[in-house]
Amino acid sequence: MASQILSAVGVMIVGVFVCALYYWLSDKILNLALPVRDGDVMQASRNLNRRATIRPWLFLGPAVVLLAVYLVYPVVATFILSFHDRTGENYVGLANYRWAFFDAGFRQSIFNNILWLAVVPAACTFLGLVIAVLTDRIWWGNIAKSIVFMPMAISFVGASVIWKFIYEYRGAGETQIGLLNAVVTFLGGDPEVWIAMPFWNNFFLMVILIWIQTGFAMVILSAALRGIPEETIEAAVIDGANGWQIFWKIMVPQIWGTIAVVWTTITILVLKVFDIVLTMTNGQWETMVLANLMFDWMFRGGGDSGRSAVIALIIMAAVTPIMVWNIRQANREQGGH
Amino acid sequence: MTNLSVRIRRLGLPRLIVHLSVIFIAILWLIPTLGILVTSVRDKGQITTSGWWTAFSSSTQTSAGRLGDPASARQEGTNYVITGSVFEAGQGGSVTGFGVRVQEPAAFPANQPADLGDGETLTINTDGSYVYTRTGPFEGSRGKRVYLSVSSPPAFTMDNYRTVVNAEGLGQSFINSLTVTIPATIIPILIAAFAAYALSWMHFPGRALIIALVVGLIVVPLQMSLIPLLRLYNEVGSFFGTSSKTYAGIWLAHTAFGMPLAIYLLRNYIAGLPKEIIESARVDGASDFEIFVKIVLPLSFPALASFAIFQFLWVWNDLLIAIVFLGTGRDQLVLTGSLNALLGSRGGNWEILTASAFITIIVPLMVFFALQRYLVRGLLAGSVKGG
Repeated sequence: MASQILSAVGVMIVGVFVCALYYWLSDKILNLALPVRDGDVMQASRNLNRRATIRPWLFLGPAVVLLAVYLVYPVVATFILSFHDRTGENYVGLANYRWAFFDAGFRQSIFNNILWLAVVPAACTFLGLVIAVLTDRIWWGNIAKSIVFMPMAISFVGASVIWKFIYEYRGAGETQIGLLNAVVTFLGGDPEVWIAMPFWNNFFLMVILIWIQTGFAMVILSAALRGIPEETIEAAVIDGANGWQIFWKIMVPQIWGTIAVVWTTITILVLKVFDIVLTMTNGQWETMVLANLMFDWMFRGGGDSGRSAVIALIIMAAVTPIMVWNIRQANREQGGH
Repeated sequence: MTNLSVRIRRLGLPRLIVHLSVIFIAILWLIPTLGILVTSVRDKGQITTSGWWTAFSSSTQTSAGRLGDPASARQEGTNYVITGSVFEAGQGGSVTGFGVRVQEPAAFPANQPADLGDGETLTINTDGSYVYTRTGPFEGSRGKRVYLSVSSPPAFTMDNYRTVVNAEGLGQSFINSLTVTIPATIIPILIAAFAAYALSWMHFPGRALIIALVVGLIVVPLQMSLIPLLRLYNEVGSFFGTSSKTYAGIWLAHTAFGMPLAIYLLRNYIAGLPKEIIESARVDGASDFEIFVKIVLPLSFPALASFAIFQFLWVWNDLLIAIVFLGTGRDQLVLTGSLNALLGSRGGNWEILTASAFITIIVPLMVFFALQRYLVRGLLAGSVKGG
């Protein structure tokens, strides 16, 4: 054990050190290669200009290379692979797309993904808003907020174990050790194998993600609520609006932009949901989603890069509108300065 | 703060209802985690026989025992008597009732003679000792089967943790997780901070394009990268004649996938630093490298801390990248991978699963509670601005 820890620490130090060394060394080399000495003013100013041209790229270099190799190149490569067969060597035209269109498993995954998209972002945003409003009213609200926010720190796999234990099933008549079945039998019902009930099991998996993500929505919406100008609410009170009207007609419209951001952020997360389905059901009992189907095809029977590439592209297509919107938004902010 | 509470009080919801709903929500959110925490320190036998919410009260379970065989009977007057204990050596608990049919394990109370008919009387005491009497000789060759209601006191133990850390390989996985996570948190901060500085304070052609690219790449799903990168790693691995699953490989993968958000968050912050400080340092003849290291890095600490927490949580909790780029061999698994493997191989062994799950989540939970402030700040910087 001790030697493992020692070698792990050694590996870590080397990794971080090499990275830091690059920046230090590249800066030193640049200064040596383009010296600025007293005497030759022309040469010095030319070298200074050259340094100013090159230095941004030294700073940006590693980041740009990483982005290019790990994100830009793969997007292009995945696109090309989607027109090739399982080995990625022979061109097959649209065969993989045709397969996806007629495949029952693929349709099941699309259906489930849409189900997730319809439920999870809405539920998280709604619950987050309600909890933000409620906790802002009471003195121990911050403690409650911490508790709701806490699952953010828990991995999807850990959360899956936590909830699998809640859904645990024992035969009727035995002592139920799963909380849900214990409550159901206590109320006089029969225990169920929750994660193996087609269609409804999707919702039992969604609960896990809602449990994790509501805290995120709550934190952001709570901050937005605090940013609402006092005067708008005072004006509404003077005009005789009741609490319900103030909430829906004054507060919610003013944080509409933030609600949209929360909604889209969770939407992106939902599109990529993978760990929860892998650990809870591995796609059995009709719970398959796109990310898991893709993972399946990556390795199933030696892997089929063409089909999994098509599935990845579908996920990509779904986030593209959000991506375009983000870029336009960022450009507008730039232009404003 | 006070403004807000004044403001919301006008909403007119009765205060008590608000308190009660928030208590309800807090309990609802806490219970799942509490369940595995409590279960992970319970005795293995009790986990399967009673719900974790009864962990602090005695649990009653049904067990079966066999009385001594007829050959061991002593004759006392006209009666034949068998004595002994229904408990095996080392078994604890106290008998609350017993019966002769499995459906009725508590047909007779403990400590009182029960008439079993046919001239037989059986007394089983709380401590498990019994006296079995018959008016005539016992028949048959095997001892009588009895069913017991045994109440055991709450039993807590750290054995589950000892088992998973040693026998189930969680200790090794813990070290693997640390080895993956720490560099995969520090390296992207360094690279992204340099890039963010260049994108904020240095002028060069193509800057706006790179910023747009970074913003666009924030949402590119990981799934897009997996197939080409897996192929690339295999080619690089075979070119150098080494394995394609290395720590350096996974660090780079995590660094790259965290890079767009890192650059975006840090640039937002670094671009907002006061212009005068940086300009005056330039006038004093400081190079960009010096300005970055001596001025920008220290000033950006809050943003760096926010991103570090994100990246740490994301890398520690990641499963997909770890199983694709580090492999699923027993000594390569990180904690999430181990937990996933245990779910398959130890599906019903909740003492192992709950203890493993708790080991997996304890580090991020500590980071979360210690540094929640920075996490919230980072979330707000990243989201409210439209990312």
